[in-house]
Amino acid sequence: MNDNNANSKQESHVLSVLVNDHPGLLYKVSGLFSRRGFNIESLTVGPCEIPERSRMTIVVSGDEATVDQVMRQLDKLIDVVEIERLPRDYDVERELILAKVGCTSQTRAELLQIAEIFRASIIDVSHTALTLELTGQQDKLTAFVNMLEPFGIIRIVRTGLIALERS
Amino acid sequence: MNITGAQAMTEALRRHGVETVFGYPGAAICPFYDSLLDSDIHHVLVRNEQGAAHAANGYARAGKRTGVCIATSGPGATNLITGIATAYMDSVPLVVITGQVSRDLIGSDSFQEADTTGATTPFTKHNYLVSRAVDLPRIFAEAFYLAASGRPGPVLIDVPVDVQTDVFDNYEPAQPELPGYNPPSDPDREQLEGMLSLLSGAKAPIICAGGGIISSNSSKLLRTIAENWHIPVVTTMMGIGVLPWDHELNLGTLGSHGVYAANYALHHADLIILMGARVGNRAMGSASEIANRAAVVHIDIDPAEIGKNIKPHLPIQADIRLVLEEMSKETVPSHDVRRDWLQTCSDLKAKHDFKSFKYENSETIDPPSLLHKLGQMAGPEAIITTEVGQNQIWAANHYPLVKAGAFITSGGMGTMGFGLPASVGAQSAKPDSTVIAISGDGSLQMSLQELGTIKQEKLPIKLVLLNNSRLGMVHEIQSLKYQKRYSQVFLEENPDFGLIAGAYGFGYEKINSNDQIEHAVRRLLSSDGPSLLECIVDPHEPTLYHASRRKSQ
Ligand SMILES: Cc1ncc(C[n+]2csc(CCOP(=O)(O)OP(=O)(O)O)c2C)c(N)n1
Ligand SMILES: [Mg+2]
Repeated sequence: MNDNNANSKQESHVLSVLVNDHPGLLYKVSGLFSRRGFNIESLTVGPCEIPERSRMTIVVSGDEATVDQVMRQLDKLIDVVEIERLPRDYDVERELILAKVGCTSQTRAELLQIAEIFRASIIDVSHTALTLELTGQQDKLTAFVNMLEPFGIIRIVRTGLIALERS
Repeated sequence: MNITGAQAMTEALRRHGVETVFGYPGAAICPFYDSLLDSDIHHVLVRNEQGAAHAANGYARAGKRTGVCIATSGPGATNLITGIATAYMDSVPLVVITGQVSRDLIGSDSFQEADTTGATTPFTKHNYLVSRAVDLPRIFAEAFYLAASGRPGPVLIDVPVDVQTDVFDNYEPAQPELPGYNPPSDPDREQLEGMLSLLSGAKAPIICAGGGIISSNSSKLLRTIAENWHIPVVTTMMGIGVLPWDHELNLGTLGSHGVYAANYALHHADLIILMGARVGNRAMGSASEIANRAAVVHIDIDPAEIGKNIKPHLPIQADIRLVLEEMSKETVPSHDVRRDWLQTCSDLKAKHDFKSFKYENSETIDPPSLLHKLGQMAGPEAIITTEVGQNQIWAANHYPLVKAGAFITSGGMGTMGFGLPASVGAQSAKPDSTVIAISGDGSLQMSLQELGTIKQEKLPIKLVLLNNSRLGMVHEIQSLKYQKRYSQVFLEENPDFGLIAGAYGFGYEKINSNDQIEHAVRRLLSSDGPSLLECIVDPHEPTLYHASRRKSQ
């Protein structure tokens, strides 16, 4: 990528990509990213309102020129039907996290309190661990994880971002 | 009427006007080969699948149509890949058909199973693994449409052997269903106006023409535009031939192995109009620097090319042909403002054009002189293919090419072993044309087996071998950049090419003195069948010539 571009700030960009639900599609998309050296922060995919189509939410990091190339290269894939770049200040973004955190009878109450503040749900409890579920914006999830850290995080799994433009 | 998948594949080729295909059979593609027997399609049996893809490439470019090549599963398909990648890099329309193991065995590492769609994804415009025979008519319709439209390229169809034997009701002609594929066509009026206004003010404009001009058959239009608007033209390797070599506005080929006038013009222009050129690093090393100095207009049918290697001031996503057509309707402003520039360019061309050809007695053959004479004697209609290495550079810079599309080379990939099989395809597409394969001793031995294809097909190909007993290009690099520490570039134990020529039914002549060139070339060109002219070249002969050989004397 040449850098005769004034705007070379590295940022995250959210792409909403409508694709044909064909076998090999995921490989074509992920192969494109690795081949061209683009950085994926997250990629989610699932069925959408149109039969035999899926919608992907891809978060890429890079400057303007890079995200522009990413979109153009993605658009070249025949199974990519439509690409939208979502304006980050005017879209709805969510991610879901499951966190299994270590706990004892002493720390359980404090953990439950944190869960309540964040409106996380408790989905599994044992003597030594608590599993929490939280959906929200990414900064909220990050803050949540920060709060859990002192208790000893056993496992974390995140879905990656999904997003829609506001109507 | 019931029809098998294999019959549907053959029927699809027939419906798409396919007359000649290149391939190599095997178990997983046998049903299709069986059904080919019942058609009028001519199948050229190559000697290695890579040759089938290169031949289809040469066929597509010489015949201006989509090339078709075929291989079996596993090793057949993997052998094709270099050829597919070569076609992809040069945007050549191919439909590639491969056999696959039967559906129930896919994923079990069964005999001759390879993940062909996975392996070719980076090198194809699109590919298909066919899961139902009834989809074949639609998939073939899509493949032919995709291969040739927009930015052309190879499309692969992988067909499990049991899909080939499956039976379905009827061959219903199908339309492509490609909602995700809308190649740009018309230029946007505003963008066009932008370019016209840049052009009318430019004191030192150039057009940089690439392969897109040739694949869109726009070289005549380009010539008219360049002449009427008084714009000098430089080309990439893929754009060679868009103007005749000696046209006053043709400044030659760009890049590290290009010519001085072209590179000078690129670096001193105030407006650069890129037409169907992807400005790869070999053509334009310092793209960002250039864009900082000159206004850049980039016209390409592939939006992803625009802004990839150079950031244009004005992008035009459109079919170059339509842009040129629109331009030809405009009134041309006075070119007074660029009289100086035109003078500079034509002086440069005159001064640096290679002029000192040698036809006297000598110890070895001078490649520029040979290629110059070869082109003059072969005439404007001859088609040439090249290999890669010094032979390619000499051919690019010294073969006096007159017609667009007559220079068939592996520009993007630089694939040794391309030229000989490509000549098979070119000659199959143009049986009545003179087809000359310009080769190096290293490259020739990468596809040597295709001499057998030429013999079997009785193709009158003229093979010109520049034998320097070296991997000359690498030798030159090691000489210039690695303190003459030559590593693995010696081919002194080359075979006796005369014996090889004889074994494959080729005529043969060997020359080593420039005074033999004219007669030997005449004999070569007037020979009936295939013939090999071996030219002994000094291993130290460079491609980067000293200025003393450029000046007019
Ligand atoms: C398949 C392949 N392998 C390696 C190379 C690297 N390479 C480029 S030019 C060259 C030497 C070519 O030798 P030859 O065909 O004799 O041509 P010459 O340069 O001597 O004219 C090599 C090895 C290549 N381009 N393609
Ligand atoms: Mg050589």
